[in-house]
Amino acid sequence: MSAVRIPTVLRPATGGQKQVQVAGDTVGEVLNGLASAYPSLAAQLLTPDGDINRFVNVYLNDTDVRHLDALATPVGERDTLLLLPAMAGGCACACCACCCCDPVSDTCACPERAPAG
Amino acid sequence: MPTDTLTTPPRSSEVGSAMAGATAGATPRIRGLRCKNCQRLEALGPSYVCPACFGPLEVVYDYDVIRGRLDRATIAGRPPGIWRYLELLPVEARPARGLAVGSTPLVAADRLGPAIGIDRLWLKDDTRNPTLSFKDRVVAVATARAIEFGADTLACASTGNLAGATAAAAAAAGLRAFVFIPADLEQAKIDHALAYGATVVPVEGTYDDVNRLSMEVADELGWAFVNVTLRPFYAEGSKTLAFEIAESLGWRLPDAIVAPVASGSLFTKVARGIDELIAVGLVEAKPVKFVGGQAAGCAPVASAFAEGSDVVKPVRQPDTIVRSLAIGSPADGRYALELARRTAGSIESIPDEVTAAAIRTIAATEGVFSETAGGVTLAAAQAARESGVIDEEDEVVVLLTGNGLKTPDARTFGWPEGASGRRAQAGQPGLAPAIPPSLAAFERWLGA
Repeated sequence: MSAVRIPTVLRPATGGQKQVQVAGDTVGEVLNGLASAYPSLAAQLLTPDGDINRFVNVYLNDTDVRHLDALATPVGERDTLLLLPAMAGGCACACCACCCCDPVSDTCACPERAPAG
Repeated sequence: MPTDTLTTPPRSSEVGSAMAGATAGATPRIRGLRCKNCQRLEALGPSYVCPACFGPLEVVYDYDVIRGRLDRATIAGRPPGIWRYLELLPVEARPARGLAVGSTPLVAADRLGPAIGIDRLWLKDDTRNPTLSFKDRVVAVATARAIEFGADTLACASTGNLAGATAAAAAAAGLRAFVFIPADLEQAKIDHALAYGATVVPVEGTYDDVNRLSMEVADELGWAFVNVTLRPFYAEGSKTLAFEIAESLGWRLPDAIVAPVASGSLFTKVARGIDELIAVGLVEAKPVKFVGGQAAGCAPVASAFAEGSDVVKPVRQPDTIVRSLAIGSPADGRYALELARRTAGSIESIPDEVTAAAIRTIAATEGVFSETAGGVTLAAAQAARESGVIDEEDEVVVLLTGNGLKTPDARTFGWPEGASGRRAQAGQPGLAPAIPPSLAAFERWLGA
């Protein structure tokens, strides 16, 4: 079992717990285990494809797992995973009110804007 | 430099009544905070993360309301500083106490411009803010909002400039300050923050390590970190650069704006400021190219731009003299990338030697001593001119965001050890050996 530290904004989903124990041999297994134990976290932590949500940073003992092997990074019994909000994030505009968006009309010129509908 | 503190409300009764009018009216001009990802609207509060999707929050205004309250004459009747544009900032009222921030000069660079092939070049000289960098703008807005939220302590994660700005703003407002910095930061920047009475917390590691720790502290202790928990408000302060540029140009827009890119926040918020000026009718709409500069030793956004990629890959170990831009994982990097592409601009990668030479050139031609980020920015303008992104006839504004006294050693970076001319030449680092204090000795030296 590895320790996972939960940020304030996600604690309603864990019944207010700041830290929970989750089984798994990799970061991916631990995050999926966490999402199984607390289903309302699933959409916040992981994309439909099973990747880490771009607005979430996951740290293994203070190192961003994106600098390691991401979801495949091995996790040991004594390791701690820390979840924190990424300060901002990428634009997968649908429309996202990003810098490409006109502030008045809310129309978006972002090249990645999702098709209408 | 304008280091006076506003310890009293606005300086004249006319000004006082003009500023009071900024908050009058039944319809609020600030609608709340909106998630940039899922669009959910949140009530105004000290939040920065969407509780639904974890996305970043941004302040939302009602521009119809603002258009009815703000015009050129109203702004012209107000005292200098960022609060001239109060209606477009995310605070309820001009703060009663605070530093005199903003209204920095837009310098016509008539000597520098032709030297780099840009005939109409302006330098936005933000080296003149109270703590010698543009960070005073963002911190002033965050501080004003923090006080409105009831905070008694300010904190920040800093590459240096923000440390001094936060410490000074806290001192002027009567708040406590904690600044978290990379332990290897330049001593001058550390001393600067200490001078204002801040508690400085040196952290082993890079800025990104400092940032992560700060987010943990903000999350666990609920502290008002200007660039974390107050980020939606803090970032808005950069818009005042756009407002001032337009006002200084007689309420019109330049063809290109060149800015440094660290987190990407300043770069994108200046663009937002331009959009808002158009939205509320203060300027005529026109295309403005946005050119960004990064140090080659930490250029995640410039790399993505050059590769045509949409993914900003983090740089784990930045290696550059440009500490103020050494953010390996830029929070708004992707937005900066999109902005440069959408406006037919670019993101340039500048080697440190070129940065040092640019610092010397700006100082020797225009009398403005810039810190390293300014060197990167001028070099980015030059690179964009050479590549054709900036045309010869374009009117260009280059942002000089910090004072060279913060990074004095950078000026001579890349020069051989011990190199010095017999005489100190303009734009060169050399210092002549000392001479005896006699006219004869000086004449011998002069004629040699």
